[in-house]
Amino acid sequence: MSDNDHELRVSKIRNGTVIDHVTAGQALNVLSILDIDGSEGTGVSIGMNVPSDRLGGKDIVKIEDRELSPSEVDVLSLIAPKATINIIREFEVAEKTRVERPDRVVGVIGCPNHNCITNADEPVETSFEVVGDGIRCDYCGTIVEDAFTQHLVTD
Amino acid sequence: MRHTHLISATQLSRDDITAVLDRAAEIDADPESVADAQAGSVLALCFFEPSTRTKMSFDTAMKRLGGDTVDMGPVESSSVKKGETLADTVRVIEGYADGIVLRHPSEGSAKLASEFVDVPVVNGGDGAGHHPSQTLLDLYTIRKNARLDGLTIGIMGDLKYGRTVHSLSTALTNFDARQHFISPESLRLPQSVRYELDEAGADVEEHTDVDAVLPDLDVLYVTRIQRERFPDENEYRKIAGEYEIDADTLEAAADDLTVMHPLPRVDEIAPDVDDTSHETYFEQAHNGVPVRMALLDSLLNA
Ligand SMILES: [Zn+2]
Repeated sequence: MSDNDHELRVSKIRNGTVIDHVTAGQALNVLSILDIDGSEGTGVSIGMNVPSDRLGGKDIVKIEDRELSPSEVDVLSLIAPKATINIIREFEVAEKTRVERPDRVVGVIGCPNHNCITNADEPVETSFEVVGDGIRCDYCGTIVEDAFTQHLVTD
Repeated sequence: MRHTHLISATQLSRDDITAVLDRAAEIDADPESVADAQAGSVLALCFFEPSTRTKMSFDTAMKRLGGDTVDMGPVESSSVKKGETLADTVRVIEGYADGIVLRHPSEGSAKLASEFVDVPVVNGGDGAGHHPSQTLLDLYTIRKNARLDGLTIGIMGDLKYGRTVHSLSTALTNFDARQHFISPESLRLPQSVRYELDEAGADVEEHTDVDAVLPDLDVLYVTRIQRERFPDENEYRKIAGEYEIDADTLEAAADDLTVMHPLPRVDEIAPDVDDTSHETYFEQAHNGVPVRMALLDSLLNA
């Protein structure tokens, strides 16, 4: 692989977030969780199945001019438990954190049970307990094991 | 009980259950002793969907404790119809009453209500979710007619949407009980309930046919398979027919088998079972009053 190819794939960004070590195949779901579809007008680059010593293959997502909120990072941990979050300021890594599986995910994912009270027009946020490989609604008990991204709360 | 609210059977410990059942037995033996226990207290009955029995049972229990009840009336004539949130409704009602019994069609509604009020909330059934006061009267009936430790119980019918089943099976994990679940494939226990049982290390088996396990059972708890769960009437008839029991079916059962049902029944228990020694469903329904008296007295005094 030439240096030039490498540059294309992982070109540096000035300000924003690099999400590295994303589980291979999950890059598009990461964008979905972050509600990014390109219409924001800022640069987004993704690398899929990039060779990685740690993971064998991994995805990378770079988002310019955006820093992730803690609750966004919490949800990312569910689909990309080994991800690292690099906050970039002026081309330098200003902060580097690993995602951690939270005990609870609040306000980010909607409950897939249509009859759950959190899907009615009530003044509460959704709340899920993280259990095993999934999450469990604190209100109706429904377990979501995968496809979290189908249930993201969108405004 | 140390809880302010009764939302789900998952919050009930063995000690909680035993305390309520013991108190209910005392009340059952001597109702006069608590005739004024809740004098001056008011219980709000908020029924967002009709349930004559549960509502009358709570109403009777509160009145037999010397207290009073206020009733939201039918949803059609209330502010709910005008689009008021449940959170607002219960915050208003909290000002009228010392406790709230809530029946609501959405899962999680009782938990939500409990987060907005300071008075005790009792979940009187939330959608396909939980019905913990029914569970307490079920456990009372089981303890009286069989036993809770060393129990082998069969739970049959609509296990997917049957909230009484969800609460009962969860509560039974506090005891040394073997649970056989008998249902058509399409109405098996939901994953969320199975999760609770597995977490608790419960002794659980699933079946599609009652015959194989019937002789081993101390209790057979039957629930209704609802027509509206099936798009096709014929499909419903075929499946429901396989989960009906009658006096002939029970020939294979132990003599002391206790047959229970949360009622109302339709076809799932034939009338000829009423005349056998197995019939316990009417007693079960009657047990709702002393058990709810014990429950209300404990929650309202907490
Ligand atoms: Zn839910």
